[in-house]
Amino acid sequence: MSIGAEVPRDRAKRLLSGRGKFVDDIDLPRLLHLAFVRCPYAHASIGAIDGAEAMALPGVVAVLTAADLDAAVSSWRAAHKLFPGMAAPEQSALARGVARWQGEAVAGVLGESRALAEDGAERVSVDWQELPAVMDANQALAPEAPVLHGDMANNLAYTAEVTAGDTEAAFEAAAHVVEEHFRFHRHSGISLEPRGIIAEFEPGEGRLTVHQSHQTPHQQQDLYARLLGLPEHKVRVICPDVGGAFGLKHHLMADELVACAAARLLGRPVKFIADRLESFMADVHCRDHEVRARMAFSGSGEILALQVDDLFNAGAYGQYPRTSIAEGNQIMRLTGAPYGHGNYRAGLRMAFLNKSILGHIRSVGHPIACAVAERLVDLGAAALGLDPIAVRRQNYLQGDDFPRTSVGGVELENLSFNACLDKALEIIDMAQFRREQAELRARNVYRGIGIATFVELTAIGPEYYGEGGQHISAQETCLLRLEASGTIRCYTGATDQGQGIDTGIQQVVADGLGLAVPDVEVISGDSALCPMGGGSWGSRGAALAGEAAMRAATTLRRNILAIAGSLLQKNAADLTIEQGIVLDATTDSAHMAVSEIARIGHFQPYSIAEDVTADLTVVERYASRGRLFLAGNGLQIATVEVDMDTGIVTPLRHLVVHDCGRILNPLLVREQIRGGVVQGLGAALYEELRYDPAGHLLTGSFADYLVPMAGEMPDIEVAHIETPTETSALGAKGAGEAGTAGAVGAILNAVNDAISPFDASIAETPITPPRLLRALGRF
Amino acid sequence: MKAPDFDYRRPADLPAALTLLARHGAEASIIAGGQSLLPLLNFRLAAPQLLIDIGRLGELKQLTEGDGHIEIGGLLRHCDLAASPLIAQALPLLHQAIGHIAHPAVRHRGTIGGSLAMADPAGELAACCLALDGQFSLLSARGQRWVAAGDFFQGIYETALAPDEILTAVRLPRGGPGRISIFDEVARRRGDFAMAGLALVAEAYSGTLHGVRLALLGVADRTILAPSTMALLEAGPLDQARIEQAVELIAGEADPPEDPAYPPAYRRHLVGVLLRRTLRRILAEAPG
Repeated sequence: MSIGAEVPRDRAKRLLSGRGKFVDDIDLPRLLHLAFVRCPYAHASIGAIDGAEAMALPGVVAVLTAADLDAAVSSWRAAHKLFPGMAAPEQSALARGVARWQGEAVAGVLGESRALAEDGAERVSVDWQELPAVMDANQALAPEAPVLHGDMANNLAYTAEVTAGDTEAAFEAAAHVVEEHFRFHRHSGISLEPRGIIAEFEPGEGRLTVHQSHQTPHQQQDLYARLLGLPEHKVRVICPDVGGAFGLKHHLMADELVACAAARLLGRPVKFIADRLESFMADVHCRDHEVRARMAFSGSGEILALQVDDLFNAGAYGQYPRTSIAEGNQIMRLTGAPYGHGNYRAGLRMAFLNKSILGHIRSVGHPIACAVAERLVDLGAAALGLDPIAVRRQNYLQGDDFPRTSVGGVELENLSFNACLDKALEIIDMAQFRREQAELRARNVYRGIGIATFVELTAIGPEYYGEGGQHISAQETCLLRLEASGTIRCYTGATDQGQGIDTGIQQVVADGLGLAVPDVEVISGDSALCPMGGGSWGSRGAALAGEAAMRAATTLRRNILAIAGSLLQKNAADLTIEQGIVLDATTDSAHMAVSEIARIGHFQPYSIAEDVTADLTVVERYASRGRLFLAGNGLQIATVEVDMDTGIVTPLRHLVVHDCGRILNPLLVREQIRGGVVQGLGAALYEELRYDPAGHLLTGSFADYLVPMAGEMPDIEVAHIETPTETSALGAKGAGEAGTAGAVGAILNAVNDAISPFDASIAETPITPPRLLRALGRF
Repeated sequence: MKAPDFDYRRPADLPAALTLLARHGAEASIIAGGQSLLPLLNFRLAAPQLLIDIGRLGELKQLTEGDGHIEIGGLLRHCDLAASPLIAQALPLLHQAIGHIAHPAVRHRGTIGGSLAMADPAGELAACCLALDGQFSLLSARGQRWVAAGDFFQGIYETALAPDEILTAVRLPRGGPGRISIFDEVARRRGDFAMAGLALVAEAYSGTLHGVRLALLGVADRTILAPSTMALLEAGPLDQARIEQAVELIAGEADPPEDPAYPPAYRRHLVGVLLRRTLRRILAEAPG
């Protein structure tokens, strides 16, 4: 079996030896480079734009403004029909009339090199008139706040609520109620390779070819076709090596569309590679939520009710095409999902304000949903004098509780909270930790331990965007081609940004066909070559593209055996394939090689009986039905040491016990989880996009925007429980959210445990040293 | 984030470099390790017309023992100093500090002259030179002058260096036996700019500290001395009461900039924490 085997990635060997080919490595004849004039204010009206001085520079070819793009590219509105009434203000590729965040592009300058384009951008003069900015959601929703969008009465983009049971009554009757006011600050998904695109328009054939660092080539093909008014089959989007994506690269970004429009207008290929400063300024961001929540307990520790109020912001617009609602929606639906209480009320308010747009970054909403509930559970346990682990066990959904739809509306098939906890407690000796903690406290060393249980939403079904009106495929299709020598080319709609799904699919196909893993080559990331699919985001590759691959392999195997049966005059049902050889299924005696069947199938098809299905290229598809998500689960336990003098938190030990159903390749899953934990630790301790009150970004480089680095990271232990989903034959669930989903909650609880002797607590991330010392009243 | 166009010269010897600099002055920038200049160029915060690359001037790469001092050529890289047994033995303060400078990649490019000329308020080497009362050689076609570290640093990224001068060497007095040297700082992550730091030397400890020089980094617009705290520490025996007095006093000597993420009160607190740790260490390590 190659499924479940620790198969190293061929791609990793190539990338590690410096042979990656990223967008910026591609050069084309007559290539132009694009740089932007970006708004220096958080909010400003745009008067006259004068590009004459820029155009006078040698090497500057064009200065484009919104008006220049009118005929070339349509504007858009980020609407979603599952969220009726959500405000969807019009956005265009370059800001028109008003710029609504610092860093919004208002003019594009095309030059013979990026440096020359930047020279030009410096010399474009814009008649700005600064407008009052709103930088905080509370401020944005205040009655006197300046309104961002002229066609709206205020800055409220959307509000929603879900309720179950009788929450008010449950709180009234509860023995104990705990509450907390959380603040999760804004950050982003930081990929080593920034966003980048090369657009090339061939006027003779009317064909647009785009090379882009992206997760969803087919989505981009559709968007470019519609927004640029091109027939879809004349648009091809190719994603070469992608150096990290994390959700950052599965949206339509206005500046990237300018590259496409410019290529068409100027008849020359155009490259745009976001530099790090404009990445911080104009990438999609995430989080930036203020959550008030409370939890009601019985005297014995039973969770009776949960109430959550999430205030967040979309930034200046809704993100197209997915919108910006998902983070709030996931928090609203997911908070407290591991627990069996029946009374729930959760609401969200989403505002517009003058920051870059909120998009879907890894583990959308999960870290907040998890941290809020898990912190409240710890607070409740402390108030009741109970063991926080015992309180969790007491309240976990288990056994006969499944399947169920959670009070927040999430379908839970069969989750393994108790099994994960048992496994975790085998690895971490809680009693020993508590003994050491007490001994160390006597020496003024403060350590804490935190646990966070999470539900992980993966492999979104077609109903979410299908009903929403987006052209985003949740259906996956796999095309397999038996080459004449007996090896396989596999074309998938999933894409690989470093997570290694190519290898997972390779293993599925090899297994399904009875071939060795190296005999399968996976081809992905090309909207013209690969079957229409959704790309890779939201932990969908293994569960959806993996299932499609398995179906295609099953079909091709059936055809191979049918041909073998015909050639051997045997019943195909009595044959099997192992390591590329057709065997007698009962006696294991070898009959012929698959390579022989391939040769005959392609070159001597007359040898095969006419009634045999002898297709050597097959296509199968998979789309889930009747569910929005495939839920996985897990928990994380973190231990930390807090320096009470400096406020610095040092992560010591980090354990993830995770259940993503059937594991295609443990190497891939472990590294996905470790990478996710590191991003979660970034959110918990380091990463924050800070603005001054006027809306100027203060964190425009890696000296100010801190990402977790190897020196600060703990060893991350990973263990698995395998509860395959019964909704597919493969049984895999997604694994990409887990690490990030639980790390914030685990660290938050661990830090609070460490400082518990001081009657202090913190509910704000990242937990910076000054914030922590402020909470402790130490300066 | 690409630098604007500039000319580039790599003079073969020091006089040629000085001649170029005399001719172009403020229009030119010296480039040595490039660890500060290149980001400034790419952010377009600096746009010199000419870069004068002094990286191959062997004259500036000498490490020599003089009469009572060590002279360090301006082009010596942090990694060179870190590996030098002479520095470790004669200037342990510097040796300790270098381990806090950024990461190995930066330490293999960055030079002491470049770091001092940049005058970042959180620069480790600047604080060491100030604590050690070092002298800097500023050389131009007009001649050489020696400027004390205390006069050299004049504000954030501001120094006494004239547009036609190169910081060619640093002269640091070596201490006698029994000299105490302690460098410490607090940074968010290993290698980050310090939120606060200190460099302390004392000529001797005999229950009381003598000849104390205490420089702070990251807590003002430049590296600064803490004269009141220095005087307090020399005024009587070092004990817990004096340590706490010093901790209180030093907070007032720091003058951190307004910064919502790291408020001045936090940096003042950190300086106190570092001083307490430093002085307790001296107490704990004192013989007898």
